[in-house]
Amino acid sequence: MSTVNQTAKGEHHYAHHFRDAMHEFLTSKEGIWVFMVTEILMFGGLFVGYFIFHALYPETFHEGASHLAWKMGALNTVVLIASSWTMALSIHYIQRGLNSKATMCLIITILCGFIFMIVKYFEYTSKIQHGLLPGKFFHYHEAVSQQLPLYFGFYFCMTGLHGIHVVLGMSLIGWVLYRHLKGEFNPHYFTAVEGVGIFWHIVDLIWIFLFPLLYLVG
Amino acid sequence: MGNTHASGDNYINHEKGLWSWLTTIDHKRIGLMYMIVILFFFLCGGIAAMLIRLELFASGPLFDGNTYNQILTYHGAIMVFMVIVPGIPAILGNFFLPIHIGAKDVAFPKLNLASWYVFMAGAILAISTLFTTKIDTGWTFYTPYSIKTGTAVVTMVMAAFIMGMSSILTGLNFIVTVHKLRAPGMTMGRIPLFVWAVYSTAILQVLATPVLGITLLLLAMERTLGVGIFDPARGGDPVLFQHFFWFYSHPAVYIMILPAMGIVSEIIAAFSRKTIFGYTAIAYSSLGIAAVSFFVWGHHMFVSGQSEIAGIVFSFLTMLVGVPTAIKMFNWLATMYRGSISFESPMLFAMGFLFLFAIGGVTGIMLATVGLDVHFHDTYFVVAHFHYVMVGGTLMALTGGLYYWFPKMFGKMFNEFWARISFVLIFIGFNVTFFPQFVLGAMGMPRRYADYVPAYESLNKISSIGAWTIGVGFLVALYVIIEGLMSKRIAPANPWGAKTLEWQVQSPPTHHNFEVEPVVTAGPYEYR
Amino acid sequence: MGQNANHGHEEHHIIPFSILRNVCLALLVLTILTVFTAKFIHLGVLATPVAFLIAFVKAMLVMAYFMGLKYEGNGNRIIFGTGFFFLAVLAFFCVLDIWTRLPVQDIFS
Repeated sequence: MSTVNQTAKGEHHYAHHFRDAMHEFLTSKEGIWVFMVTEILMFGGLFVGYFIFHALYPETFHEGASHLAWKMGALNTVVLIASSWTMALSIHYIQRGLNSKATMCLIITILCGFIFMIVKYFEYTSKIQHGLLPGKFFHYHEAVSQQLPLYFGFYFCMTGLHGIHVVLGMSLIGWVLYRHLKGEFNPHYFTAVEGVGIFWHIVDLIWIFLFPLLYLVG
Repeated sequence: MGNTHASGDNYINHEKGLWSWLTTIDHKRIGLMYMIVILFFFLCGGIAAMLIRLELFASGPLFDGNTYNQILTYHGAIMVFMVIVPGIPAILGNFFLPIHIGAKDVAFPKLNLASWYVFMAGAILAISTLFTTKIDTGWTFYTPYSIKTGTAVVTMVMAAFIMGMSSILTGLNFIVTVHKLRAPGMTMGRIPLFVWAVYSTAILQVLATPVLGITLLLLAMERTLGVGIFDPARGGDPVLFQHFFWFYSHPAVYIMILPAMGIVSEIIAAFSRKTIFGYTAIAYSSLGIAAVSFFVWGHHMFVSGQSEIAGIVFSFLTMLVGVPTAIKMFNWLATMYRGSISFESPMLFAMGFLFLFAIGGVTGIMLATVGLDVHFHDTYFVVAHFHYVMVGGTLMALTGGLYYWFPKMFGKMFNEFWARISFVLIFIGFNVTFFPQFVLGAMGMPRRYADYVPAYESLNKISSIGAWTIGVGFLVALYVIIEGLMSKRIAPANPWGAKTLEWQVQSPPTHHNFEVEPVVTAGPYEYR
Repeated sequence: MGQNANHGHEEHHIIPFSILRNVCLALLVLTILTVFTAKFIHLGVLATPVAFLIAFVKAMLVMAYFMGLKYEGNGNRIIFGTGFFFLAVLAFFCVLDIWTRLPVQDIFS
């Protein structure tokens, strides 16, 4: 008793409890938006903590930011913006029926995700080498500020949770790409691409705030 | 829409076998699956409650202090995260929300099934801590103790995180269902009040639970990495944990009580045979309670080291909760006024709710007053207050709701006599248990202690006897349900003469709820 | 909130290529701007607000065009906005507490 019936041609049929395909699309999209609200509030908790402790210990956060490689952060910002663009483009091309261009866009988006994670890997290893670690693992000897372990607690929690979302997003785009290659999407049905796209833009959106807050501001 | 005869095919016998249940995406079956597991956890939490009252029956130790702390923690955590929070939305909301609005299913049926599995994963993880190191933090996981204790806090916290995800998915599903799947003519002004209540609850679940999620993750990080956000030794702030925790857990109180209010609205209208008084007021007061609940959490923290100004602001804002709550109470009473009331067991539970919830609410206003709370904080007064709300409110309504909808859910009638016996036992037992605890709290008996001075003994004895009476009452209720399931008393489509949509279809409903999409032309309570 | 309007078979909106490209370029320019203001000119106390303002503008661009909120109905905008509102509530009361931790008489003296 599957709710979504798939005919042999891969033509999408809306589930039985919807009136038509557009009804299903709009319903799914609202579901995605409600889910995005939960993402905002979950990351939001971390941001609230960040703002409070940043205001309490501005010197600490300045010192912490000076240990981060802002060039790498900037590179990652550019990579994520580009990936957001290709993600949006993939929907644009699917809507116009240009399937191979959409495929290229999805592949580039996943590759950007990989580049982001590789840059992140180099950043993390450098921090680990210098002992710039959260809380009780912190062992950097030239720290001026007493609360520097707390700054790196924030750094690793925020970028770590964001990184998990990047990996999740890449897997979801991979799933969408797989379905796209099977020819499931067309100008009238692309709900999954739209939903995953919105998720990927949220990942970008959060990084847009993380970058200046962690790397630049001091 | 007169589909009154019970034809052969319904959602229960539509498909056969355990596998058809475990893979079902029918919202009604998922509701029943929730019912089975939640009733089981209720039994577990109830056994813990009986053990607590056994320890407190007499002064002097029965268990050692650690064991008592663990029993107390599991009672709280199981009852909150696995019974009362999911209880009404997941069982009755799942079953009736789509039917109430004339839909064939919830918006995302597969997600609905997924949320059951996510809930089960979290619940099993939580139970697993019973076999490793039992946690002893209380259900609130307050720092700094939860960072320092050597018990399985991380496992329990991850379990609560996972169950929170399940709660979010259910809430998301309900919000979108109410927005998008209403039948033609079913305007927002015509949806039953139960739907309004569950919808408001769903908004709370979606907005509040993510913050609990990040708080619990940070607590887990605190224990594994020593991040320091909640640790004063590293420049952190343990009170911030309480802020984040109560940003979820205060709205969670309304996640627990709002659906109960929805059930009470349905039952009172049906058994007063009268159009509900102030439909709009009750509907919007549900949203009002949901909104206000985000502005009041600091009243849990009056003595936690929160600033005086924050305390005063929170105290003032908390009083506001009384307004929409009282609006509901007055409207229910006005509905009953000059109605043709009949006192079947669901109505008894609804009236029991009114009585007990009024006491719970008024003592809540007392506790919202900073000056009084400094005295009452962490005493049995608080314990009595929130049990009046959660047990006297939510569990009374859940039991009443299960009786009310039992004929629809299973197509059988329960035994009214034993149902009334269960009400009498639960209602009397409840007051005998918790009323003395107000007095004990006012006398200064602190909560969460395994032992007490002999001066508190006589009232504690009364309280324990009451608790065992409640226990017997719920066992009788369980008997009523099982006996009803076994019985051959076939329920008609509409045994109570109620007007909402679920009573216009056969009992039990068919797989698709409605054979033809209903067209709604009137409100849900057009009695007279 | 609940709009039960019959959307029928209306067509999906296609966001033009040129708009997507321009938004991407704008985001890149703003990224350069935020690095420039933070690293190469010293704004002092204004540094944080300026960085945050630029991030805010970038976020609005992403939400409006990439996420397509500009082309959505009000329903989804309200839903998404609600998230930010309650985040602000969380921030407000936490800050209110921590900034007024001194005893009341010390604040007014």
